[in-house]
Amino acid sequence: MTTLHGEIPGAHGSHGGHDHHDGSYLDRKGGMVSTIIDWATTIDHKKIGVMYLVAVLTMFFIGGIAAMLIRYELFQPVRIQTVGEMAGKATGTDLATLFGQKDMSVAQADNIYNRVMTLHGAVMVFMFIVPGIPASLGNFLLPLMLGAKDVAFPRLNLASWYVYVFGSIFGILAIVMGGVDTGWTFYTPYSSSHADPGHWRVVFMILAAFILGFSSIFTGLNFIVTVHKLRAPGLGWFDLPLFVWAMYSTSIIQVLATPVIGITLLLLVFERLFHVGIFDPALGGDPVLFQHFFWFYSHPVVYVMILPGMGIISECIAVHSRKQIFGYKAIAFSSLSIAAISFLVWGHHLFTSEGELAATIFSALTFLVAIPTAVKVFNWIGTLYKGSIQINTPMLYTLFFLFTFSIGGLTGLPLGALATDLHLHDSYFVVAHFHYVMMGGTVIAFLAGIHHWWPKMFGRMYNERWSMFACVLVFIGFNTTFFTQFFLGTRGMPRRYASYPDEFQTLHQISSIGAAILLIGFLVHLAVLVGSLFAGKKAPANPWGGLTFEWEADSPPTTHNFHHEPIAKHGPYAFDDVVPPHCDPKDYPLADPLPPGAKAH
Amino acid sequence: MTTLDINSGGSGADGRPYHETYKPASHFRSKDEEFDAVKIGMWLFLATEVLLFAGLFVGYAIFRMMHPEAFRNGSHYLDWKWGCLNTIVLLFSSWTIATAIGNAQRNEQKALRRNLLLTIACALLFVGIKFTFEYTPKWSGWFFKFDPALSHYEASGQTALGGMFEYVEGYGGKRPGSLFDYPFADNPYEPMWWSIYYCATGIHATHVLIGVGLIFWLYLRARKLHFGPGHYNAVEIVGLYWHIVDLIWIFLFPLLYLVH
Repeated sequence: MTTLHGEIPGAHGSHGGHDHHDGSYLDRKGGMVSTIIDWATTIDHKKIGVMYLVAVLTMFFIGGIAAMLIRYELFQPVRIQTVGEMAGKATGTDLATLFGQKDMSVAQADNIYNRVMTLHGAVMVFMFIVPGIPASLGNFLLPLMLGAKDVAFPRLNLASWYVYVFGSIFGILAIVMGGVDTGWTFYTPYSSSHADPGHWRVVFMILAAFILGFSSIFTGLNFIVTVHKLRAPGLGWFDLPLFVWAMYSTSIIQVLATPVIGITLLLLVFERLFHVGIFDPALGGDPVLFQHFFWFYSHPVVYVMILPGMGIISECIAVHSRKQIFGYKAIAFSSLSIAAISFLVWGHHLFTSEGELAATIFSALTFLVAIPTAVKVFNWIGTLYKGSIQINTPMLYTLFFLFTFSIGGLTGLPLGALATDLHLHDSYFVVAHFHYVMMGGTVIAFLAGIHHWWPKMFGRMYNERWSMFACVLVFIGFNTTFFTQFFLGTRGMPRRYASYPDEFQTLHQISSIGAAILLIGFLVHLAVLVGSLFAGKKAPANPWGGLTFEWEADSPPTTHNFHHEPIAKHGPYAFDDVVPPHCDPKDYPLADPLPPGAKAH
Repeated sequence: MTTLDINSGGSGADGRPYHETYKPASHFRSKDEEFDAVKIGMWLFLATEVLLFAGLFVGYAIFRMMHPEAFRNGSHYLDWKWGCLNTIVLLFSSWTIATAIGNAQRNEQKALRRNLLLTIACALLFVGIKFTFEYTPKWSGWFFKFDPALSHYEASGQTALGGMFEYVEGYGGKRPGSLFDYPFADNPYEPMWWSIYYCATGIHATHVLIGVGLIFWLYLRARKLHFGPGHYNAVEIVGLYWHIVDLIWIFLFPLLYLVH
């Protein structure tokens, strides 16, 4: 680590004599109790980001248990008693009554399976993947990347975390009360009239989704205002890191789509409690209207799930191949166009229930999304070309993302085309497709992001060797689990079924074994990351040689993020301009003692 | 409130009023920047409110298209005079809160407090008229009685709200959905009209009550001299909220009361 100036730049804490003795945001100021109170009442976006990270990963764990139960059940065609017991433990009293029953009717098995499947879907969608990246990494990094001290509304930010926890408690309550078997989509009239009539748990689950919507709106609103008003001096719109562009586009969708699910779920609660009949055909209502309302939110929200992941990939690919990102503006605008198009395609979830003309139009609009998405993928590959690629965990995940997300994206085309959709509709092909997008896209990108920014967030390096090992496990496990399901789908296995003809068993078993490998991969990751908090090497401020603002802060950042207000002097990915040839890019940008024009905080 | 000491609200060491010594939150560079941010935030939130009610308007449009007769019959049961009075009350309250913002900007503390109180009074009058002269007469014939055993959907002809309401006498009320008394209806789809009427006006009335809380909070702060030329962000953004509540009613009133 030698540089032209003979000093070690970016070294921890000392910014050319301007040492303000600001502690890191993780410093404890008192005993256990005061630390807990400090965190519970904090308005620091970094602490809130960490709190969100813990919360969403907890939900990921709960949803993951349900996923493992599903795969366990599907290992054999009619697997009964042990799953019944396990599910009973996972989902509460009603199912616990099934303990000890050796033989169970298919209807009972289906009942358990539907509840576990709904648990998996609802928890993963509403409590993990929608808030996942924006609320945790977004909260932590957005102000840092803008050179700001905090988000625009710090107290609203804290409120959104509490609203999230409150909403999740409602969801968990519904599960503990015996689970819900409506599926995470709550389709009427089943959810309004037939599912557990007279019982509160369905209402609780719907209210959980409603409350979580507020959390989502608060976060999105906060980010939009922050990007507009709190950029550092000299940081124009086209100097923003692409992660910020992705978060901005995500926030627009969150703010504009979530109110629609709000009114839909509210009407569904009214439907259950007062039988208002808006969605109930028996009272003159229209269940298809519910589906339109539901997907008018839920399709845009698919892009709330994937856009932040794309933002992470843009960051990782530029930093770890040390290259100016190819087609910066194209990537930025493609995020915005994905956000815009996302509002026009909801009808492709209702191909079988709408007229031919409408279905054709929605099919055509659906194909439009492929354009900005392909722009991104080709630009990422263009960035890799002739880059000096470093293979570490974030980069490995980034390359995996390109592979799995491309499969996920391309398998969307036969589902968006009317003729092939009629064959593949509600089959395992759909399950495999959206898992390749949601998990092969978002979760893999999330893991890339966690590893990329882990040193910044906690000031510790993780063990690269073990992380890469876990990464390979996740990749193998993921593809074994879900690639198999494409074959299941095309051969006619419908989704949402607890049992199946014997001919599907081999494929289901391969899929379940893949899920087990996936689980091991995640557990190794958890162990490595938690271990790094205690035994990890101290991280330098800029371990990867990134050029965006967050790398100018200490690792972990101080309470007020920066020692001085950062000033944009080069583009976010101007590696060619900032790093002289034949030098270690890790040493750049040089630690800057208060640049001209900067105000000390 | 009448015995308010003009200096008691001071926040600075020299006892100057809060709005004179107000400093923006530390992550903003100036008061103007903070004010801009707060306003953008509120406008975005108002966009979400418009979209929330848009769902109800879409439902109205679709069901009106499907069952025009039912909607025509249903709207005859509403008394446009009460709706009109409520419209006037809300419009007046929008004027009083707009004036209150001006009062804060001009440091007219007494007028500010008076206009806030007037706005609250109007909001309560609105809700009062709605419940007393519109909801209650349509609901009579039902009383509150909790009985979980009656909560099944199958029994919904006689009970509602998970069994919390029970039908007691022969009077047919105008209630949403299955609570509607069918023999009274001119059209089998009339319950749909009532459902939309109750959902839309009910959610709107909830917004009015939230507004009452917010404006009361402004009033308490105004009593401590929190607002003045140097700082009136909260008055301005609650004002914006109150205008959207008014605006939504201005769409609901003709749709529900006037269009036959």
